[in-house]
Amino acid sequence: MPRETIQIPRRIESLSILPYEGELDTELEPKIPDNDLRRLYKTMLSSRKFDERCLLLQRIGKIGTYGPTKGQEAASLGPMYAIGNDDWFVPSFRETAAMLWRGWPMSKILLWWGGNEIGASPPEGVNDLPICVPVASQCQYAMGIAWGCKLRQDGAVCVAFVGDGGTSEGDFHEALNFAAVYQAPLVMVVQNNQWAISIPRERQTRSKTIAQKAIAYGMDGFQVDGNDILAMIVATQEAVEKARNGGGPTLIEAQTYRLGMHTTADDPTKYRSEEEVKKWEPRDPLPRFRKYLKSKKLLDDKVEKVIEEEIDGLLEQAIAEYDQYEKDPYYMFKGMYAEMTPALRRQMAELREYVEGGESSEKPRGSYSRVL
Amino acid sequence: MAELTMVQALNLAMKEAMREDPNVLMLGQDVGQDEGVFRVTEGLLREFGPQRCIDTPLAEAAIIGGAIGLCYKGFRPICELQFDGFSYQAFHQIEGHARRARTRTMGRYTCPLVVRIPYGGGIRAIEHHSEGPEATYAHLPGLHVVLPSGPRNARALLREAIFSPDPVIFFEPKALYRAFREEVPDEPETMPIGKARVAREGKDITLVSYGASLRQTMEAAEELLDEHDIDAEVIDLLSLSPLDDEMIQQSIRKTGRGVVIHESPRHCGVGAEVVARVVEESLLYLEAPIKRVTGFDTTIPFFANEMAYLPDAGRVVKAALETVRF
Ligand SMILES: Cc1ncc(C[n+]2csc(CCOP(=O)(O)OP(=O)(O)O)c2C)c(N)n1
Ligand SMILES: [Mg+2]
Repeated sequence: MPRETIQIPRRIESLSILPYEGELDTELEPKIPDNDLRRLYKTMLSSRKFDERCLLLQRIGKIGTYGPTKGQEAASLGPMYAIGNDDWFVPSFRETAAMLWRGWPMSKILLWWGGNEIGASPPEGVNDLPICVPVASQCQYAMGIAWGCKLRQDGAVCVAFVGDGGTSEGDFHEALNFAAVYQAPLVMVVQNNQWAISIPRERQTRSKTIAQKAIAYGMDGFQVDGNDILAMIVATQEAVEKARNGGGPTLIEAQTYRLGMHTTADDPTKYRSEEEVKKWEPRDPLPRFRKYLKSKKLLDDKVEKVIEEEIDGLLEQAIAEYDQYEKDPYYMFKGMYAEMTPALRRQMAELREYVEGGESSEKPRGSYSRVL
Repeated sequence: MAELTMVQALNLAMKEAMREDPNVLMLGQDVGQDEGVFRVTEGLLREFGPQRCIDTPLAEAAIIGGAIGLCYKGFRPICELQFDGFSYQAFHQIEGHARRARTRTMGRYTCPLVVRIPYGGGIRAIEHHSEGPEATYAHLPGLHVVLPSGPRNARALLREAIFSPDPVIFFEPKALYRAFREEVPDEPETMPIGKARVAREGKDITLVSYGASLRQTMEAAEELLDEHDIDAEVIDLLSLSPLDDEMIQQSIRKTGRGVVIHESPRHCGVGAEVVARVVEESLLYLEAPIKRVTGFDTTIPFFANEMAYLPDAGRVVKAALETVRF
């Protein structure tokens, strides 16, 4: 026929399991061991409390600008439950809950926001990349990692994160295209928190969903309730299993909401209404999950108190470690190449002489004396 | 005359240009309702509406690439990129098209666009938010590269950039955005791109700098006079491409000594170009080798250590003394 509708062999599904009002659909409920459910809850709560503390630490100038993740804990944590330590995790910058699950010490995350390179050095034992600031650029190396997993045939997969704003960058599209062309085991999770600083989702893209962008690349797309930890786990588990079995990449759109400001440098009252935030508050992933655990008798006041105290202790310890961290102004030279170039060696000596006062120089002075 | 910060002065220059010429557009991420992450576009959406103050999706290459097309349609776009570290996302459009449009179409199409880029360190920002990419852009023929040092010259140079027939990379030193106020005349003012400025007259040594480093340089000049009886001349480059050769050579010929100060890396930096030109043209006037006080040839460290990287007045004084005592 000269003119007819082309059938596209992909469709977009959506998934939500945990109710924020009404009853749980038990048919969709995944079987997750009680201990794991408690651990997930503890991580989510840790992330929330860490976030609250960081806002305070920023206010007193102890750390720099901070980007809170309040409201998005389930969207980043759920996918982590679906992968193991041999798999790869590529964050953007709003995946604190996921990082805590993977074993990033709180002190390390604090050190990152406090302006120290050590905060970007991943802990041993997991295949994780650090926080990535240039929006969507991480999609490309995530795709490369997944591609490498396929070339190595080691059975590993890569789960990566990007924001709704990030889906406008070329890097996002190029990465998905490559991933699909090479059938790389990549799970790309878009944390659609409805805003990219002041730009709402509707003005970021005319697509009805972000998930549907997958169709154009020839991969599956899944729109998931990102404030529902169970739905995020189930969706990612399916995508991971498919990827491991040679089924290629998946795009998961996690529908969530940035309950806080973009960063502490941002004033959201300039561009969004209080009513909108209020509308999303009942869908907050933390009380939703808590309610579920309580209904399963996995949480009671006593257990909650124990968890809270444990987290508070960890936070205090992390801040103490942060305070004790000794920064090294010479790391910039030493960390640059496998071996320092002659120029770097000269420049490091130049700085050292200036800061510490060599034979010929006068006393340490200026801003450098503040450095030490 | 009003006392303005650099943010306010830049804002004024854009408003003036947009009032005068309906072809002037403002585009970028969060430049509308949010009025820019540094609030430089304050009031533009209100006054000129969403057709002229345009919030774009998050894609630097599309902002610049699109602006190139808008130029071909007769507009004069001002593009705001949010931070220095994200100008690279648009690099292929700037390199491959904006700077070449005039040459390759033999003038049929030109690119009178301005790319405004918040520049440099010293504000305790996270990774990729404190970069010094000016030499990278100054290395590309076909671009003008401007880097003001205060509210008044920022306003005059931005106006010049907006009405320039060629593409201008306009770096705005973040550390100076709200650092001080300056009297700015009521009437629009321009300054030619390619002209430097004598920020302080002196006879013993020439200190060449630009942008935020100019403050440390001026501080050093005061200290040199107060404590060492050395009368330094300070040249504020303002324009990095083209460079004001004449002023640099004249000053160096007068003083016979020089130090170049900038916060970006030393290797292949603007300082290297200044020294090379002096050596080519004025070698026999020199009493001592010219020194460079710059950021090191490293990535600028995360902010806990950034002050160790950024030149301070003490490093400038030290280099000046070594030059004078050579
Ligand atoms: C390439 C690039 N451009 C601009 C920025 C500045 N910036 C940081 S976050 C952000 C918005 C990101 O929105 P989204 O992808 O939805 O992630 P969210 O912040 O909502 O988590 C912008 C514009 C950046 N970090 N990187
Ligand atoms: Mg977003």
